[in-house]
Amino acid sequence: MKRSLRSFGILAALLLVAIGTTASAQQAPAQAQSIVVASTTSTQDSGLFGYLLPIVRQKTGIEVKVLAQGTGQALDTARRGDADVVFVHARSAEQKFLAEGFGVKRYPVMYNDFVLIGPKDDPAGIKGKDVLAALQTIKIKAAAFDSRGDHSGTHIAELALWKQAGIDIGQDHGPWYKEIGQGMGAALNMASASNAYVLSDRGTWLAFQNRGDLAILVEGDKRLFNQYGVMLVNPAKHPSVNAEAGQRFIDWLVSPEGQSAIAGYRINGQQLFYPNANDPNA
Amino acid sequence: MNDFAQAFDTAASLIGHFDPELRQIVGLSLGVSLTASLCAFAIGAPLGTALAIYRMRGRAALIVIANALLGLPPVVVGLAVYLLLSRSGPLGSLGILFTPTAMVIAQAILGIPIVVALVHRMMVDVWARYGDALLVDGASRLRATWPLMAIGRDGLLTAFLAAFGRAIAEVGAIIIVGGNVRGYTRTMTTAIALETSKGDLSLALALGIILVILSMTVSAVSFLIGRLLAGR
Repeated sequence: MKRSLRSFGILAALLLVAIGTTASAQQAPAQAQSIVVASTTSTQDSGLFGYLLPIVRQKTGIEVKVLAQGTGQALDTARRGDADVVFVHARSAEQKFLAEGFGVKRYPVMYNDFVLIGPKDDPAGIKGKDVLAALQTIKIKAAAFDSRGDHSGTHIAELALWKQAGIDIGQDHGPWYKEIGQGMGAALNMASASNAYVLSDRGTWLAFQNRGDLAILVEGDKRLFNQYGVMLVNPAKHPSVNAEAGQRFIDWLVSPEGQSAIAGYRINGQQLFYPNANDPNA
Repeated sequence: MNDFAQAFDTAASLIGHFDPELRQIVGLSLGVSLTASLCAFAIGAPLGTALAIYRMRGRAALIVIANALLGLPPVVVGLAVYLLLSRSGPLGSLGILFTPTAMVIAQAILGIPIVVALVHRMMVDVWARYGDALLVDGASRLRATWPLMAIGRDGLLTAFLAAFGRAIAEVGAIIIVGGNVRGYTRTMTTAIALETSKGDLSLALALGIILVILSMTVSAVSFLIGRLLAGR
């Protein structure tokens, strides 16, 4: 009996140690100062949040927990009430979100652009073309193309470009077109490994470290403009939303201080995101 | 091969510098996995034992179900727990989505069938050998449980280590219910997934090396503690 008591005691102690380790690893901050932001993989994979959030914590005291999902998944997470703020980059999807009553107000925050990436030796010969002609060429030559396929902002932009190029890519594609259903980094990894073309946002590309033989082949086209917007999730729909801290976070992002912090993020001296909260048309 | 060499270098440097983010990730991985496997053990071991020694109607079906649940896809468990814990779900008011608690729950659910199946298998043998003797001595099945578990303690240890192995390796379910939030729910496995997707393969591999060493160490320590408990 003594031995079984000892065993039980040791097991109980182990369980307490385990729970204690988990609890201490949690570093729970004050609830009022903590928000969940559902955002895109581009804002994470480019390193923007890694750079920005310590500044946010220092200037506003708000602890931001970022969920890096695609734009579509981020908006769905917010629809379920599991996020306080959304920070995404697909205007059509954001407007739909607002129209459904899940968002309070959309604030433009920053922009950059998309770039068409492909193998350096450019087997389809698209370098320097305008983006629509490039996509048409890729389709005609059945060149390997990796699509995000995940309703992310980049995916939505890619579909819009195919449409503008007069191609119904949903119906009209062959095995050269691969929908991978993953984030931007994963898509770049796949393109790098299989020498395929892929549409990427410039931020993720600049931070990406597994380029292999990939390079930017098409850029600068006005149609490749990539606008980011931020919205507070409507507390009327989900009372659990931390509206006070969420709005303070948004206010800081669009303030001159937040905007210049965004402009200050660089990789190898190159700026990744351009603040434009003051642009009424963004 | 160059990637591997670089990875070993990165791993050594991370460990040597006691990198604070690495410490946090390692602490969380260990805490979540140990808690989950201990919970799975606390729930699964009695269940497995009961399944072995109690005669009941439908016992065969329960045994089949317990073994079938071994094939439970982790990502499906993650999705189910996510829907349960979501604010729009039945347990939303608990507010534990995207916390380590949610990760423990998902991993414990995955670990319980492992413990039940392994403990049941072992207890059937132990019961066959010692059950009659214990019953003859006047013990009810319930009171026979503790001596049975003492006799079968090596098998129990294996069951615990199996549940822990599953937990420490888990990535799909805990990315869904944890959200891979930096500083809160990022474990070694989810960090590896993230760094891979950012293209930083040598860092991902370095984390992988550290994870393997960690997992082996914990298993070895558990094994030794088990020996200690057994009084050997």
